[in-house]
Amino acid sequence: MTRQPTGYTRAQAAVARRARAGQAPSATSQFFIYAALTIGAALLLFPLWWMIVVSLSSPLDAARAAVSAEGFSLIPTDPHWGNYPAALEAMGARKWESFYDALANTIVLCTLTVIGQVLSCSLCGYAFARLRFRGREPLFILMLATMMLPAQVTMIPLFILFRTLGWINSLAPLIVPTFFGNAFYIFMFRQFFAQIPEALVEAARIDGCGYLGVWARIMLPLCRPVIAITAIFTFMFFWNDFLGPLIYLQSEEKYTLAVALNSFRNQYGGVNEVHQLMAASIVTIIPCVALFFVAQRHFVGGLSLGAVKG
Amino acid sequence: MAVSRTSLGVGLLWIAPWWLGFMMFLAIPLGISFYISLSEYPLLQPPLFVGAANYSTLAVDPVFHKVLYNTLLFSAAFIPLSTAAAIALAILVNQRLPGQPFFRACIFAPTIVPLVATAVVWMRLFNPETGPINETMAAAGIDGPLWLASPRWAIPSLVFVSLWGVGSPMVIYLAGLQEIPETLYEAARLDGANSVGRFRHVTLPGLSPVILFNVVMAIINALQIFALPYILWDTDPGPERAGYFYTSYLFDNAFRFLKFGYASAMGWIQLLLILGLTAFVFAVSRRTVYYRGA
Repeated sequence: MTRQPTGYTRAQAAVARRARAGQAPSATSQFFIYAALTIGAALLLFPLWWMIVVSLSSPLDAARAAVSAEGFSLIPTDPHWGNYPAALEAMGARKWESFYDALANTIVLCTLTVIGQVLSCSLCGYAFARLRFRGREPLFILMLATMMLPAQVTMIPLFILFRTLGWINSLAPLIVPTFFGNAFYIFMFRQFFAQIPEALVEAARIDGCGYLGVWARIMLPLCRPVIAITAIFTFMFFWNDFLGPLIYLQSEEKYTLAVALNSFRNQYGGVNEVHQLMAASIVTIIPCVALFFVAQRHFVGGLSLGAVKG
Repeated sequence: MAVSRTSLGVGLLWIAPWWLGFMMFLAIPLGISFYISLSEYPLLQPPLFVGAANYSTLAVDPVFHKVLYNTLLFSAAFIPLSTAAAIALAILVNQRLPGQPFFRACIFAPTIVPLVATAVVWMRLFNPETGPINETMAAAGIDGPLWLASPRWAIPSLVFVSLWGVGSPMVIYLAGLQEIPETLYEAARLDGANSVGRFRHVTLPGLSPVILFNVVMAIINALQIFALPYILWDTDPGPERAGYFYTSYLFDNAFRFLKFGYASAMGWIQLLLILGLTAFVFAVSRRTVYYRGA
């Protein structure tokens, strides 16, 4: 221990020790913190829990719950798992087919957009970070500025463009633009690429790698976290996207799950099918929840990368 | 050793995806959109130039005034509330206590629920007759409001639903909190600062760049809110159009009434609104945001 200077009281020493140890709160404040967190978490989780309970209740209970909460238990005592297949079967005009189509469309959409975003954004991010050419900085600033433009302002010209191309009622208007980069992800890739030591690039160059080789063999393998973040966010965005599919997809066999769920709600929004509506909603949530548990740290890392590290 | 230097041509080739996309899907459409906003364009006929007519019609369109008012009111309520709630939750889950990963996951969980599913469940929760919210209030002897169907409660309802997604800014604030050096808190303690003083003089300045980022993102998103209100109020925005918002009206003008010129004019006003508010926030931030190491 170092000698303490005069006038340095024991209380101050304790405070400093606690600060060094990482400020464990006192017992009273611990109680209040836990109380606040428990209330907050309960409030935030209640809608999800309620959704699960309703999705598992019998048609009679669900109907009764929709009329009155009396006798409706928040713990599913008699889970009706059959609600799930019943909901998926009834999701559209055609038994099962509507659900299968929506699922297949959503998977195709998410897969291709993820590939498109990762490829185009990593290429551009690499160039903005590692290639020196005249005009790079102004172009980069221009790109960042585009992040602020609301999509609505170009919605109509794009609709006309894709209509002229005959792409209406297909997934193409949603997929093709992802192969042309996205300012936010390019920015993330650039930030990451800029941190990779130049020596590594030089070594590869001396060994005869071209720029493309450096990008494919050195850079891409090193930036798995950014690839993961881009892939996850793109997946989540297109899995949930509502406005785009609503504009471009017109016939039921082209619907994505988000739009199919909405039309299911329109059709069967009545009191008697609440349990099925909730079951169908939960089915659309499951892949997102699974992805969250598999890749939790990337969600958090990705959200904070732009704000804190940028 | 010199860093890789290449010609403009090679550089442009590398970033070709971005600038091709920028031209095709942004710059040219932006120009066209401005021209359409000055035209009458019912899709099936070619656009007819009408000058600023769409803009002057918007200036006297009561529905436009209503959606603009609703959207601004929603943003004005939602942005401060969500900022305060997200910072408060971030501070709570940043305390060194056991069980925090569980609480963080609980708070973040609603943000991964697709918006359509979110709207579906909240429509049920808000049901004035049978929803659990009013049932609970009735049990406590309170006569609950009509929520979505009430002109007074429509916007607060949307604020509540949107606050359900407080987890995503919360996570960003949490990362920001963890970047503030512990030594600053230690110094503040030794100087005799209590917890309020430490929050005011260490946490807030340290967090200010993150607050700026989140507020700017919140402005951009709140002014464009679409999927939630569009589903919550469906085709019926309720009495006095209390549940009708800017992008919903823009979408309806474009794809239900096929008034492409009018919708484009709305798009341009929205663009200017977002740019203006963002510029204002950045101007204010010059004096209030503290950048460590800058």
